[in-house]
Amino acid sequence: MAAKTANHKAWWLVAPVVALVAFNALIPMMTVVNYSFQETFGDNVFFFEGFKWYEQVLGSERFHAALGRQLAFTFTILVIEIPLGVAVALAMPRKGIGVSVCLVLMALPLLIPWNVVGAMWNIFALPDIGLLGRALNGLGLAYDFTQDPTSAWITTIVMDVWHWTSLVVLLAYAGLRSIPEAYYQAAKIDGASAWAIFRHIQLSKMKRVLTIAVLLRFMDSFMIYTEPFVLTGGGPGNTTTFLSIDLVKIALGQFDLGPAAAMSLIYFLIVLLLSWVFYSLMMRNEER
Amino acid sequence: MRRFKWLVPTLYIVFLMLPIYWLLNMSFKTTNEILGGFSLLPQDFTLENYKKIFTDPTWYNGYLNSLAYVVFNTVISVCAALPAAYAFSRYRFLGDKHLFFWLLTNRMAPPAVFALPFFQLYSAIGLFDTHIAVALAHCLFNIPLAVWILEGFMSGVPKELDETAYIDGHSFPSFFVKIFIPTITAGIGVAAFFCFMFSWVELLLAKTLTSVEAKPIAATMTRTASTSGYELGLLAAAGTLTIIPGAFVIYFVRNYIAKGFALGRV
Amino acid sequence: MAQITLAGIRHSYADSPSSPSDYALKGVDGQWADGGAYALLGPSGCGKSTLLNIVSGLLQPSEGRILFDGKDVTALDPVDRHVAQVFQFPVIYDTMTVYENLAFPLRNRGMAEAEVDARVREIAAMLDLDDMLERRATGLTADGKQKISLGRGLVRSDVNVIMFDEPLTVIDPHLKWMLRSKLKEVHQRFGTTMIYVTHDQIEALTFADRVMVMTEGEVVQIGTPVELFERPQHTFVGYFIGSPGMNVMPCSLFQGDAIFDGEAVTITEKPVGSASGSLELGVRPEFITFAEDGLSVEIVNVDDIGRHKIVDLRRGDHRIKMLAGEDDPIPWENPRIRFDPDHTRIYADGRLL
Repeated sequence: MAAKTANHKAWWLVAPVVALVAFNALIPMMTVVNYSFQETFGDNVFFFEGFKWYEQVLGSERFHAALGRQLAFTFTILVIEIPLGVAVALAMPRKGIGVSVCLVLMALPLLIPWNVVGAMWNIFALPDIGLLGRALNGLGLAYDFTQDPTSAWITTIVMDVWHWTSLVVLLAYAGLRSIPEAYYQAAKIDGASAWAIFRHIQLSKMKRVLTIAVLLRFMDSFMIYTEPFVLTGGGPGNTTTFLSIDLVKIALGQFDLGPAAAMSLIYFLIVLLLSWVFYSLMMRNEER
Repeated sequence: MRRFKWLVPTLYIVFLMLPIYWLLNMSFKTTNEILGGFSLLPQDFTLENYKKIFTDPTWYNGYLNSLAYVVFNTVISVCAALPAAYAFSRYRFLGDKHLFFWLLTNRMAPPAVFALPFFQLYSAIGLFDTHIAVALAHCLFNIPLAVWILEGFMSGVPKELDETAYIDGHSFPSFFVKIFIPTITAGIGVAAFFCFMFSWVELLLAKTLTSVEAKPIAATMTRTASTSGYELGLLAAAGTLTIIPGAFVIYFVRNYIAKGFALGRV
Repeated sequence: MAQITLAGIRHSYADSPSSPSDYALKGVDGQWADGGAYALLGPSGCGKSTLLNIVSGLLQPSEGRILFDGKDVTALDPVDRHVAQVFQFPVIYDTMTVYENLAFPLRNRGMAEAEVDARVREIAAMLDLDDMLERRATGLTADGKQKISLGRGLVRSDVNVIMFDEPLTVIDPHLKWMLRSKLKEVHQRFGTTMIYVTHDQIEALTFADRVMVMTEGEVVQIGTPVELFERPQHTFVGYFIGSPGMNVMPCSLFQGDAIFDGEAVTITEKPVGSASGSLELGVRPEFITFAEDGLSVEIVNVDDIGRHKIVDLRRGDHRIKMLAGEDDPIPWENPRIRFDPDHTRIYADGRLL
């Protein structure tokens, strides 16, 4: 690719995008920053509070618990979805009508509104009227996600796997498709085992798309709100109250604007920081 | 081992289809039947739930509202992203890298963080409860995504195309519209698909920014669930209907998706 | 190492081929002697890569057999045939260093590490890769990567044949000749049978001792570069090899002489066999000279290409190209030409009579 030409007039081309995103990002962000330093008793009376809310949020048991649950959730779904997605992509047909059928059916969960995903899993897993709940109880398992924390956790994770693994599949599949036939032929001639083909050709060529898959799944699972909110409402107790659910509870439920704003910023910074760490770790791996 | 390879995708698809099947099954049952017993197929098959949705304006308006802001958002996002993606793929300019990164960070902002400020912002400028408010709000994450996808496609188009066009006497706008855009239709298709997708599935912001006039179908559903008790059949039918637009869109872009993903851009 | 025999190889990519046009290969027979350097030359889509993949075992032919030293290997996998292949686009394992890349085929076959190390270092030295053994293979240039592909073939001492599928396509022009002479050197040193597929006649003619020319799924001639030039067995060979290619013009036969456009053309080598089908006369531009008496022609254009001039001639509807020396005078007034009788040949339905 030829070097890009310097042209500062290009700013005019990006201006609409900057305007739209800035309008949506900067003004609300300023509001949040503003709130995060102040105390209000309603009626638009504000007092400057410095870092009080930050200290309060960072020191609170509640925040630690939500962050812990969030990290556990994100870690679990990544560990399941990435290998599962790769495995499904490896086994998918390469040509023929099967490709279209697989792509369309697999992409379906991605296009269902998130609250419908939650509602669907709710009625699917309910112990009395749901297929899953009935089946598990029929097998003699004490399963009830509305009462039992373990059941609630497992259901939330299975729901996320159901919802998002296809994204990993599609990415991995596209990565596999872009490997030239000659690589497989050379491996055959070199006498490579199936594992060596996977390790040295397929996985290595999928690295780029998998980096994107991990990043996207990390970010999106870290921000998850609607699906578990509809499925469990964050319960039983607080067992499935992830960061976003907790944040909305504080901001819109209790209307504690200061702590909510401080928590928002801390939350956003955590996502940014972890995304950056992930990204640079994976990129460094690639360069080595 | 090779002979059983088809089992993996098949089992995976069965797993994906099970909850959808259950939703469909419920949508053809009456609420009484749902609560009264357990059956794998509707015993008392009814279309009442669907009839209600198609005749009651609070229901079908929900769909129209959702479709309206989703389409709005897709058009705005793609139209704004096109020139910007071109600038990023072709030119170096002051702060370009930082700008690109800043745009992408907005994809990482949890919507929950923005719920309250958005409510205040859009109320302040008098756009609360309009389609355009939701369409604009969704630009927050869809524009960065569209710019990212389109930049990937555009970088794959050789620069010689631009240069030849300018030598042939095209002005920038005429080149862009007549020559450049037609060569990246696949990219536009993929970008539009993802904008449509993320706008269609998002609920938190859409719900926060609307109350009556522009209320999305997803919000109608949650309110029904909480206010009028458990009308499960109706809820299931409404849910089933939200799957249909997505299914259509996937079907039409299925060949582009693999291509778009192949570029490593999502 | 082995002598390779192709017996009646036919191949079709269609599931149930019916007409001859469904076949990518329409019956190929031939033999490659042990230790030779061969080229498979033909335009894109002539079936040469298909044939190559059949020899290496990546493809199973629809019909026919492949023998290595008289042993039928048609049903064997590439691994068991002991072949090596270098592809058009360099194939390297980017997770590995150059060293590991070269060692890969040996380790896959369970060779002892000490032996692996010795082989790898020997081959790396041969290919001038020894100072980059510990580098990641990803970072190398295209020619470096292509050398690794070649090296992975060479490290194995049991290789029957090394095959090249247009290996220089992605190499910079100024590095092409270096890599090509490296190939020659490797061939001389190891004496391995090499088969080189290309559509580039210069590459084929400079690399190979014998060239197999293919078109439309058939082999039209196997011969040394000189034979291909002097005695094309098929009008396609005459036309495809040489620049410009052979002139091919319709003719008839009368008492052993060719009649072209109403005039007799003398030929030394009288055609044998019955002349059926459409007859053509072929003569290379190199073997046409201006003469006092001969075919009268018009000069359309003279193109000076350095040491030669290409003269574009017309006689009636027929166009003829000839080569004239740099200093040869061009008889603009009433030009006449003569075909060298020793190098003028008669073809029936494209094949030499």
